[in-house]
Amino acid sequence: MSEVKNILLVGVGGQGTILASKILTSGLIEAGYEVKMSEIHGMSQRGGSVSTQVRYGEKVYSPIVGRGEADVIVAFEKMEALRWLGYLRPEGKMVINDFEIPSAPILMGQAEYPEGILEDLADKVSILTVKAGDIAAGLGNPKAMNVVLLGALVKAMNVQGVDWHQAIRNNVKKGFEDLNIKAFEAGYAL
Amino acid sequence: MKVIMSGNEAAAQGAYEAGVAFASAYPGTPSTEILENLAKHKDVLYSEWAPNEKVAVEAAIGASVAGVRSIAAMKHVGLNVAADPVFTFAYTGVTGGMVIVSADDPGMHSSQNEQDNRNYATAARLLMLEPSDSQEAKDFMKLGLELSERFDTPVLLRMTTRVCHSKSLVELGERQEKPIVPYKKNIRKYVATPANAKVMRVKLEERLAAMEAYACQAEINQPEYNDTKIGVITSGIAYQYAREAFGEEASYLKLGMTFPMPMDLLRAFAAKVDKVYVVEEMDPYIENHLKMAGIDCIGKDVIPRYDELNTDIVREAVFGKSADSLTSEKSAVIRPPTLCAGCPHRGFFYALAQKKNVMITGDIGCYTLGSAAPLNAIDTCFCMGGSISTGHGASIALRNGGRDTKVVSVIGDSTFFHSGVTSLMDAVYNKGCNTSVILDNRITGMTGHQQNPGTGYTLMGDPATEVDIPALCRALGMKDENIYIVNPNHLDEVSKALDEAIAKDEPTVIITKWPCVLKKYSTQDKEEFDLSPRRCEVDPDKCRNCKMCVKCGCPAIYSEKDKVSIQAASCTGCGVCAQICPFDAIREVER
Repeated sequence: MSEVKNILLVGVGGQGTILASKILTSGLIEAGYEVKMSEIHGMSQRGGSVSTQVRYGEKVYSPIVGRGEADVIVAFEKMEALRWLGYLRPEGKMVINDFEIPSAPILMGQAEYPEGILEDLADKVSILTVKAGDIAAGLGNPKAMNVVLLGALVKAMNVQGVDWHQAIRNNVKKGFEDLNIKAFEAGYAL
Repeated sequence: MKVIMSGNEAAAQGAYEAGVAFASAYPGTPSTEILENLAKHKDVLYSEWAPNEKVAVEAAIGASVAGVRSIAAMKHVGLNVAADPVFTFAYTGVTGGMVIVSADDPGMHSSQNEQDNRNYATAARLLMLEPSDSQEAKDFMKLGLELSERFDTPVLLRMTTRVCHSKSLVELGERQEKPIVPYKKNIRKYVATPANAKVMRVKLEERLAAMEAYACQAEINQPEYNDTKIGVITSGIAYQYAREAFGEEASYLKLGMTFPMPMDLLRAFAAKVDKVYVVEEMDPYIENHLKMAGIDCIGKDVIPRYDELNTDIVREAVFGKSADSLTSEKSAVIRPPTLCAGCPHRGFFYALAQKKNVMITGDIGCYTLGSAAPLNAIDTCFCMGGSISTGHGASIALRNGGRDTKVVSVIGDSTFFHSGVTSLMDAVYNKGCNTSVILDNRITGMTGHQQNPGTGYTLMGDPATEVDIPALCRALGMKDENIYIVNPNHLDEVSKALDEAIAKDEPTVIITKWPCVLKKYSTQDKEEFDLSPRRCEVDPDKCRNCKMCVKCGCPAIYSEKDKVSIQAASCTGCGVCAQICPFDAIREVER
């Protein structure tokens, strides 16, 4: 199974991980890979911790990524990077959005948002920290944050032969193609 | 042409291609998208949301008997609701082919239990197919409809969360129209009186024998022989995990059809390999069939009996090997789902949480999150539609037991239509004394906004006459003065209604009415409710950091040691926190 690559997109319900994984999946398919993608619907979408799993290669069986198996994890939220660390291969890479969304116990003052997450993770694995919200805002729309992160993810995946601009055009709303291509390139250039 | 599809989209595509003319379902994760996708073909086939799964199956049975292909789809627990007609329909058989989809949820991603519905196939004697990816979800749906007609039986298409919600490539085909079978009265086939049913029961055994013979040579049950030291028998999504854990070396018997179980095939496979492993999620279903036939195998001795499997778990269970993984000394704070900022249930639950000496019976929906801290305003949750009847039983037990604890039962609009109406009938007719609260947020919320009989629209988008909930309550015998209609965002209004209703020694109803904050509002919603954009903010000069507002559990309120703030991006200005604040420090501002 060494040729199968495993990608995890993790974040908080409502952050736009689904669109990013849709573009990712469609680009990989166009490039001729077999792809399986798994997402979770229902109760956890109400502000809970969410993950989308993408596996690609010549032949893929299971649609889900096990512990210690992810080649790249992109975390749309900082604490989620910490939560999913155990799923990363020790030599894998993490792309982390430098953005905090406190969870219910933190909002209620019953727990503290963990400090020093980035330093801690940087000690253990290769990380790339991205201020995706700021970059997207700079391009004119903070909502393009997810595609900035996708750009950074694709760079970290080191995958060749995919027409990402076309994949973006195929999957984003009409009129938002140029913005999202710029957002992707900004993430890719980091 | 190949396109990427979820298992649910693919199952819908299969039903479309197979010429299905009638589809009915009640929404439930992970099954919901099957009907949502079928509704896109409304030019050629009819689809609907039924009020519950039993109604959905009965409607699909009617369509089958009338001569067309039909399907009914539901989550695993929905099949409990639908079980009554299913068991007898297995006796009568079909006219047009019929498939019942059961979407099971191992690991309980969005369910109250993780029952293994393969057991229903054995209990009701339904031909069962288990797809393991999206292509098979489509193919098995089509095959199921064919086999249903060939063997004169309803077919159970048993899927699981990771088949329903994983995406992979699917080859698309054209729709083959199936002309309606001319209707012929057939009392002996379709009237299950004891005399007829006894005859049907005997014929059912003959059909089962024919189905088993088919299963032994079916293309979807073919063994793959490699090295014969290890043979793995598996089905559904577990096949994908087994294939990766055991690799290219082992031999496999992947079963696409698992009831009737192809016993001769199992025996032949087991005889050719040295050691048999059975890899399956949840119950030892295949394993029990093997063991009853005296075939030695390793199954649940090593493979977990509960929760989802994955490649890792199978590999570790069988070979004791696990991948290296990293840990941190820091730990992530839990992130449980919460009622959304602006959710109309929040105000109601906050007011209810202030009432003392009440037992609160709950139900299934977003509002089950009212049981979470800091609201803690639900004491029980068992099944769809159960809150009012459990509340009724509890209220009588407490009253007759000499206790003064009162009972409040909470239920959503869609859940009330699902199976709460008969519960309320019980409470009223048999003179209980619980207060039933119908949380009408104008939509089916948790599953992602499906229409229901109270919303005024059908699945196919046509306007419909909505059920008038207060009139329905009156028709059930509820006295006019015992029906309260309140705005759940107005705490005083809710609190007053609760006090009055709880004080009465007879059944009462409170209907809270405000649309779900995530709903795409209809014209009617916009006319009926003031939904203009607004938000709230904290006046730092007035705030004394008492943290009272935090007790409503709103995710837009951020409490730090020395201050409280409201996140402008997520606040919707419902005003619940402003009503709680004892220092008038939260004000509404223009958006």
